[in-house]
Amino acid sequence: MSARGDTPRLVRRLVLGAVLMFGFGFAMVPLYDVFCEVTGLNGKITNTGPVATAEADTARSIKVRLIAVHNEGMPWEFSPLEGVVRAHPGEMRQTAFVAANPTARDMVAQAIPSVAPAEAAQYLHKVNCFCFERQPLQSGESVEMPLVFVIDRKLPEHIRSLTLSYTLFDISPEVSAVTQDKKEQRL
Amino acid sequence: MSTLDTTLHADEHAHHGPAKGLGRWLFTTNHKDIGSMYLWFSLLMFFIGGCMALMIRAELFQPGLQLVEPGFFNQMTTMHGLIMVFGAVMPAFVGLANWMVPMMIGAPDMALPRMNNWSFWILPFAFAMLISTLFMDGGAPNFGWTFYAPLSTTYAPPSVTYFIFAVHMMGISSIMGAINIIATILNMRAPGMTMMKLPLFCWTWLITAFLLIAVMPVLAGVVTMMLMDIHFGTSFFDAGGGGDPVLFQHVFWFFGHPEVYIMILPAFGIISQIIPTFARKRLFGYASMVYATASIAILSFLVWAHHMFTVGLPLVGELFFMFATMLIAVPTGVKVFNWVATMFRGSMTFETPMLFAIAFVVLFTIGGFSGLMLAIAPVDFQYHDTYFVVAHFHYVLVPGAVFAIMAGVYYWLPKWTGHMLNERMGKLHFWVSFIGVNITFFPMHFIGLAGMPRRIPDYALQFADFNMVASIGAFIFGLSQLIFLWNVIACVRGGQKAEARAWEGAEGLEWEVPSPAPYHTFATPPRLPESLQ
Repeated sequence: MSARGDTPRLVRRLVLGAVLMFGFGFAMVPLYDVFCEVTGLNGKITNTGPVATAEADTARSIKVRLIAVHNEGMPWEFSPLEGVVRAHPGEMRQTAFVAANPTARDMVAQAIPSVAPAEAAQYLHKVNCFCFERQPLQSGESVEMPLVFVIDRKLPEHIRSLTLSYTLFDISPEVSAVTQDKKEQRL
Repeated sequence: MSTLDTTLHADEHAHHGPAKGLGRWLFTTNHKDIGSMYLWFSLLMFFIGGCMALMIRAELFQPGLQLVEPGFFNQMTTMHGLIMVFGAVMPAFVGLANWMVPMMIGAPDMALPRMNNWSFWILPFAFAMLISTLFMDGGAPNFGWTFYAPLSTTYAPPSVTYFIFAVHMMGISSIMGAINIIATILNMRAPGMTMMKLPLFCWTWLITAFLLIAVMPVLAGVVTMMLMDIHFGTSFFDAGGGGDPVLFQHVFWFFGHPEVYIMILPAFGIISQIIPTFARKRLFGYASMVYATASIAILSFLVWAHHMFTVGLPLVGELFFMFATMLIAVPTGVKVFNWVATMFRGSMTFETPMLFAIAFVVLFTIGGFSGLMLAIAPVDFQYHDTYFVVAHFHYVLVPGAVFAIMAGVYYWLPKWTGHMLNERMGKLHFWVSFIGVNITFFPMHFIGLAGMPRRIPDYALQFADFNMVASIGAFIFGLSQLIFLWNVIACVRGGQKAEARAWEGAEGLEWEVPSPAPYHTFATPPRLPESLQ
């Protein structure tokens, strides 16, 4: 037999390669988020928090459609207060969504936003949004959840309307699991 | 380990044959024993997965729900896919590599024989675990072999955890097998066998092994993320917690697309060994075959999102993945033309292995063309998740990968058993399989274009006739595999004595050793025969 190379070293390198690729699988998670953020794909909104007030561009009026979506099995009543609002770029607009818990149990929900067209996502600043936090509602309770946003003056000319959609997820099981864990830890 | 040391070791072994009894198989480090175990295991899985396919086809024989519950039907489609991909096709190729790679390159055994034993013996446990889920509360995995989240996380049956661990074990087995093959091919070639003299089966396996090392860990990663989502409260794929189900598809197909080449590149290698033998000509365009295989492997990392055209990719993404996918047709076309050119003006004879090889070239090309149709992003919106996709990937996997494996088995059986195959039975198996496979999968193109979705237990009436035809074909094809089993067993038990060079036109080191191949071959490195120098 001719041992041409150093087999143990080759094997170490190949194993290292396999381990690195396992890591790469996980690295795809943040890479995907960064990619979506940079390109504005996926309609994820990353501009949140207070904005410097700018003069409104009254020459343009953007039609913003508001959509409420229930994720599968979510029994809450959930709808926008106004289906369509008009906003000038630079102007701060306030509107709200209404949610009610018609079930007999206390629940916690999380709203996940999405913007279409995806290109517009990076020009939408959310000053305040109910989607920043979890929304607990007791049985039979209802709430008006505020949304304050500003459309950037740099919004490209060809975008005349955009859609802001919220999907409501029931996260009660996860939340109760966490509180359960905490209780157990305390015990 | 020094050269001298290994030579002594091998010589000492050459004096005795295999151990006796069950221990031979449990503790063996012999590449031929392990190769045989891989091949028998793969055949068993092929029959189990095949029975599941027949259950699916029996249910689809007529519209309406006749035989099984829809939930069980979903378990069947899922388990059929998983078992055929990970249990039948991949272990069969590893088994062929174990048997043939050391003999083709003039090595005494695989580079890491103990690890070889371990990579095989993980598999029966992994598949026992996977198959046991059928008997669990909530049933077996029912989310399709692609296990898209959240079907496989939020809505999965409890048995999904067993599925995840089974996939981990299969992955470890494949990675170890791949490391072994790379180490063997790179370090243990006979003197004078340069890389560009390597038989093509070894070349294609070398490239496949690199693909396995690159993507099996990504598969392990994605199932680990699922495990964490299910049991540890993370939200990789749960939109409610800030994750994204589309991310699952990206990570899965980053594994999944190279995976489909893992299942076809060794098949290319087998066909490239068989066609020159029975055309009695050297392979046309050896170097271009090597470069084409390498290009296919590299391109396979750049096309994964063509499985996801309908998830809402941006236009630029659709265009990129569409053109990158079409680019793969170029090296694949090079291969097909090389095979045809090898046959051109050759002194061809049509023994069973050659029949399977020619059927491979024709039917794989049909599967390749339907793949090109699916690559066109705008029309994929029509074809996505229809039976057209099912027809496409069964054409490349059944008369593609599976026919190549059968061709390889028939081609090398004389070397393994020392007996020639009963040609009459071999040809019978070929013709029944060939007719059966086309009756099964060709009508699926039509019902797919007409809009029948995949993975459904019941369907609209207009699809009835073609489904009935497909089901009849499936039973013909399935039952014809019993002839294959009979052929293999008959060839092991007896038959006309095979020469060392069992086929007249066969070239290569494996044909220099007697048939059946002795338990230990090439304990001392061989001199390359004239034809290979």
